[in-house]
Amino acid sequence: MKENINSWKDLPIGGIVDEPGTAMAYKTGDWRTLRPIHNSEKCINCLACWIYCPDSAIILKDGKVESIDLEHCKGCGICAHECPPKVKAIEMVDEADFR
Amino acid sequence: MGKTRVARTGNEAMAEAIRQINPDVVAAYPITPATEVMQIFATYVADGLVDTELVPTESEHSAMSAAIGAQVAGARTMTATSSQGLALMYEMLYIAAGLRLPLIMAEVNRALSAPINIHCDHGDTMGGRDAGWIQIFSENSQEAYDNLIQAVRIAEHSDVLLPIMVTTDGFIISHAMEDIDIYSDGEVRDFIGTYKPLQPALDYKKPITVGSIDFVDYYFEHRRALAQAMSNAKNAILEVGREFGSKFGQEYGFYEAYKLDDAEVAMVCLGSTAGTGKDAVDNLRKRGIKAGLLKVRVFRPFPAEELAARLKDVPQICVLDRSDALAATGGPLYAELLAAMFEDRADHTVINRIYGLGGRDIKVGEIEELLSSQVSAAAGGKSIDRIGYLGVRE
Ligand code: SF4
Ligand code: SF4
Repeated sequence: MKENINSWKDLPIGGIVDEPGTAMAYKTGDWRTLRPIHNSEKCINCLACWIYCPDSAIILKDGKVESIDLEHCKGCGICAHECPPKVKAIEMVDEADFR
Repeated sequence: MGKTRVARTGNEAMAEAIRQINPDVVAAYPITPATEVMQIFATYVADGLVDTELVPTESEHSAMSAAIGAQVAGARTMTATSSQGLALMYEMLYIAAGLRLPLIMAEVNRALSAPINIHCDHGDTMGGRDAGWIQIFSENSQEAYDNLIQAVRIAEHSDVLLPIMVTTDGFIISHAMEDIDIYSDGEVRDFIGTYKPLQPALDYKKPITVGSIDFVDYYFEHRRALAQAMSNAKNAILEVGREFGSKFGQEYGFYEAYKLDDAEVAMVCLGSTAGTGKDAVDNLRKRGIKAGLLKVRVFRPFPAEELAARLKDVPQICVLDRSDALAATGGPLYAELLAAMFEDRADHTVINRIYGLGGRDIKVGEIEELLSSQVSAAAGGKSIDRIGYLGVRE
């Protein structure tokens, strides 16, 4: 997909998207007001957060939670909610604290 | 060239054109006075005279939706409707245009409710005038037939790719029998050619997404391209109209001028009233009044410059509008023609910039720059584009 289109003349006719997987290029992370902070020391890697995240923003490596894709995470807090109450490995922090 | 002289109503003439076009898909829902177009066409389907997949739907909204789906898939698609039926399609009309689908519609002009009325006015078609559809009006059955054949080429022109509606006037044309020339199936098919969709959705080797979201970042640019397609339609309409003339005998342009050259007074109108008007012009001339007539064939794109140029030397002009814009300023044809005629004559310079489509931000500095450039152009005696876009990536 072409990035940084400088003219309306360069756009595909009718707004057709002619390759798959382009949602990756659409950064939805800047809508976020709360940021999930993952604590890998507390995490038991049950992967509930990975299953429930609506934006596929929980990144795994070797079956374990590695990080959170902040370019796509919208900050809904579902991951923190679904993390087992006895574990609470994800905390939602005000995004303004990072500005 | 094989011409056959036959008696046809407007609806029969349109059904005949659709039979000859032999579209891949037709999706429609019946409504007076357009019902007959599809009723007749359905007999052609039943009799195996066409290859068309006819999709009877449960409403006009569904008819237009099915037509859009079929066209996206790569099928040459047509429909027919009228009045409330067209109104029920409005949501989908914009989508057909935005997706740049060369759909073809036979539209029989009929008044909108309330009060309920089944007879002719142009209010229904005018409701779709800003939807991105090309709109061509017909004076009689012959023009309805000729226009529908040309519509295929205009809509599918590679510089255009826009949906098109060809209109007749309800009952006045749709149900009135006239002598018309029908061309041979082979010649019509040669003229329209085969449809080559740009990117058919059913090409599994090249998967595409259609109708995706497009926020403030690119929506304006897509709409700018749509506007350009509508401008380009002007050339396509003339090109196709000329070619039609050389093949079938009758050339078509943006308008028809009747006894206009020496006219002291001219009427301007759309559709069947041009026929009535020509009789009035003849009678007036016998009474010593030099009357003339300008029939506007193409309403979208609006041929502003061409109409203004053709009427330049006529001192008295009377615009007849068969629809009311309810704007407290008269009808739509009047408003647009008036703007076209006076843009060069006024003491003021009035320019237009389209901005902010799809939520695109407009900034203080942009307004300052625009107004100051207008002032300095005026001071330096320079011309400035009358119509343009502000804040689009050119
Ligand atoms: S906050 Fe929502 S979007 Fe972000 S990682 Fe958690 S579940 Fe996914
Ligand atoms: S839900 Fe909590 S414990 Fe389970 S993998 Fe996610 S962060 Fe770790």
